[in-house]
Amino acid sequence: MDSLIHARGLVKRFGDFTAVAGIDVDVRRGEAFGFLGPNGAGKSSTMRMIGCVSPPTDGVLQILGMDPRRDGPKIRAKLGVCPQLDNLDIELTVRENLSTYARFFGIPRKVARQRAAELLDFVQLSERGDSKVEPLSGGMKRRLTIARALVNEPEIVLLDEPTTGLDPQARHLVWERLFRLKQQGVTLVLTTHYMDEAEQLCDRLVVMDGGRIVAEGSPRALIEQYSTREVVELRFAAESQEPYSEKLAGLGERLEVLPDRILLYVFDGDAAVAEVQRRSLAPASVLVRRSSLEDVFLHLTGRTLVD
Amino acid sequence: MVAGAYVLEYHLVNYRRTWRSSALSTLVLPLLTMLGFGLGVGAYVSGGVEGVPYLDWIVPGLIASTAVQAAFGEATWPVLSYFEWLKVYFAQAAAPLRVGDILGGHLAFMLFRVLTSAAAFLGVAALFGAVHSWWAPMTLVVSLVVGLAVAAPTVAYSASVSSDSYLAILMRFAVLPMSLFSGVFFPVESLPVVLRWVAYALPLWHGVELSRDAMLGLAPGWLGLLHVVYLLAWCAAGWLLAHRLFRRRLAV
Amino acid sequence: MVTLVLPRLVSFEGSGRRAASVTERNINTLRSMYWVVLVSGFLEPVLYLFSIGVGVGGLIGDIALPDGRLVGYAEFVAPAMLAASAMTGALSETTFNFFGKMKFMRLYEGILATPVRPIEIALGELAWAMVRGVLYSSAFLVIMVAMGLTTPGRALAMLPAAVLIGFAFGALGMTISTLIRSWQEFDLIFSGQFALFLFSGTFVPATAYPQWLRWVIEVTPLYRSVDLARALSLGPVGWTQALDVLYLVALLGLGLTVAGRRMTGMLCK
Repeated sequence: MDSLIHARGLVKRFGDFTAVAGIDVDVRRGEAFGFLGPNGAGKSSTMRMIGCVSPPTDGVLQILGMDPRRDGPKIRAKLGVCPQLDNLDIELTVRENLSTYARFFGIPRKVARQRAAELLDFVQLSERGDSKVEPLSGGMKRRLTIARALVNEPEIVLLDEPTTGLDPQARHLVWERLFRLKQQGVTLVLTTHYMDEAEQLCDRLVVMDGGRIVAEGSPRALIEQYSTREVVELRFAAESQEPYSEKLAGLGERLEVLPDRILLYVFDGDAAVAEVQRRSLAPASVLVRRSSLEDVFLHLTGRTLVD
Repeated sequence: MVAGAYVLEYHLVNYRRTWRSSALSTLVLPLLTMLGFGLGVGAYVSGGVEGVPYLDWIVPGLIASTAVQAAFGEATWPVLSYFEWLKVYFAQAAAPLRVGDILGGHLAFMLFRVLTSAAAFLGVAALFGAVHSWWAPMTLVVSLVVGLAVAAPTVAYSASVSSDSYLAILMRFAVLPMSLFSGVFFPVESLPVVLRWVAYALPLWHGVELSRDAMLGLAPGWLGLLHVVYLLAWCAAGWLLAHRLFRRRLAV
Repeated sequence: MVTLVLPRLVSFEGSGRRAASVTERNINTLRSMYWVVLVSGFLEPVLYLFSIGVGVGGLIGDIALPDGRLVGYAEFVAPAMLAASAMTGALSETTFNFFGKMKFMRLYEGILATPVRPIEIALGELAWAMVRGVLYSSAFLVIMVAMGLTTPGRALAMLPAAVLIGFAFGALGMTISTLIRSWQEFDLIFSGQFALFLFSGTFVPATAYPQWLRWVIEVTPLYRSVDLARALSLGPVGWTQALDVLYLVALLGLGLTVAGRRMTGMLCK
């Protein structure tokens, strides 16, 4: 078994508050593994434990076969970390951010400079190499942070919400670079609350809620297991959608009434729409779409705001 | 004018959050200085200075110097941060305020800080028996004038720089030398002639002289009038400069 | 120059190397304006020396040492200024700047994702404060010798003393930084620092104070530092100075241990 990250009954408590309530995780070499979950689900705490900057309260955690409690520096030497909030060095230039960071790993100065140049190229920032960090756009800063996480040629790269707050162009560029890393055999571990991101990047993922793992599998498998093949979204012109739910009874596996529309979870969307019309319900708008990870996510973690 | 008062109100409300810690140093620093220099070092100045005991001689200078320190403190980092980091001025410029209101309101707050610092010092001095004249409260007026003479040009300087390194440089090359060589601790007459004229050119010495006249109950005479006019010239020049820089940066 | 030599001096494996990489980071941040701020740091004690030592000294004349010898006031004040500036330099780097890097820039969070450990960050930052401190102290000592306030030989002995003083206060400053919660509390630190500056036998001999106050003063770190520097500058050196050195070494060790622990607690929770 080639499990790079191995956790059993992993727990993290801050005083009375339990952030991670006993999780089992195995991340295999070369895969892209995702932690999904709403804010406060325990994703970041898990990532910090894996990053060896937060000692576990209880349970087993092994990274690259080593114990973070004992071998923190040794493990971190082989990790690349891209934190949720950029903590780039605002007193240094873009290039120096990489070369100086490399020195923290004990990489010789000459190699550090060379690697900084290659990585700037990789994240398409070569032209901004001598600029300070502050004037960079959000997307550029994120790319620089990712480049910094690669400066020690890590075996595992930890990415905490890698594209939160980025515009669509920047997100796609980041995804494309991460995909290339995966192709090069780097193991990626990421957290996200974007379902499209998880579907794009992850081979396997776990959904976390309230510090526990509530589902596990590939994006496809999760959709199959926790949702139907298709979803019909019906919007009725009336003030309240509620009265229509009874009239839709028996249609599909599950029905969800939202303030502005009704969701029907069905195997065959078109057949369901035909049935709706046969019952002459005349919705103002109808949308048939494939089930997504977002449906799974909302089903598992609920629609109520967490914070 | 009324709009400027709203700006002042903003700064005062803001100050309510932090006044405790600054109030401590406003009281403690003069107390320490009085003990350390006035009494401690003063005991070794056997003959006194210019006919008065050393404690009585340095207290008025220390009051003026305290006013200037407070003015500098409020006119440097806060101004830079309101432009560069917190963007408070830009938020104010989005309201129906003119540049003069924004600048005037903030300067008024700085003078409030100058006045409280100087008054605290005067109170401590009275406890130590270093107040001998009914004219002593006039030193607070002097503090306001010398405070503005320093605050206004300093605000202009802070509005023109982009990094706090420049503020550290101002502190080191202007404020500290001025505080140490403007006749606060020893008479400027013992300075080499070139340095003496540098002291004459800077605002603090004029404030120290006026403050000393007030505290010791001496008649300021024509020279006193000259001090006042010179300080007011610093105020006016500083205001004009600051107003221009504020207008350029806020573009209103 | 410094970039090349410094890491090599401490290039033993592991901790030393990682701490040196933190120092190296600070050297890399030096830019045009910051250089001026850095280099001009030595001015402060010099200005005090001229204002108080020479200016006020003109009003005081000579001052008697505990053993009865009379020395000029500038000679008396100068070594105290050396000690005080070693304190101020070390504290400004390890309180204000250190706190800013930890809380405001969140610099250390990034560094801790690498093999560097909290205690190594503390050591690296302290080493950096010391590089500055040595430069300032050397400049001040040159001025003292040039003004005839001490002899070159005595100045040479005072340099390592100034470094030790800086190290001890640097470790103390770091501990304070880990205890502070907001910028406003720096007002408090500054008041404390100012009190030490005024009352540590700096401007008048401690014998000038009432007996009970003397006892308080004599256990403060700056008093021990001034005592050490003044004895080296004006003589005689005895057992009391060995005690001063021991005191400062203990402060250094204690400060570093506590700072390292607290940093681990704050950053690795």
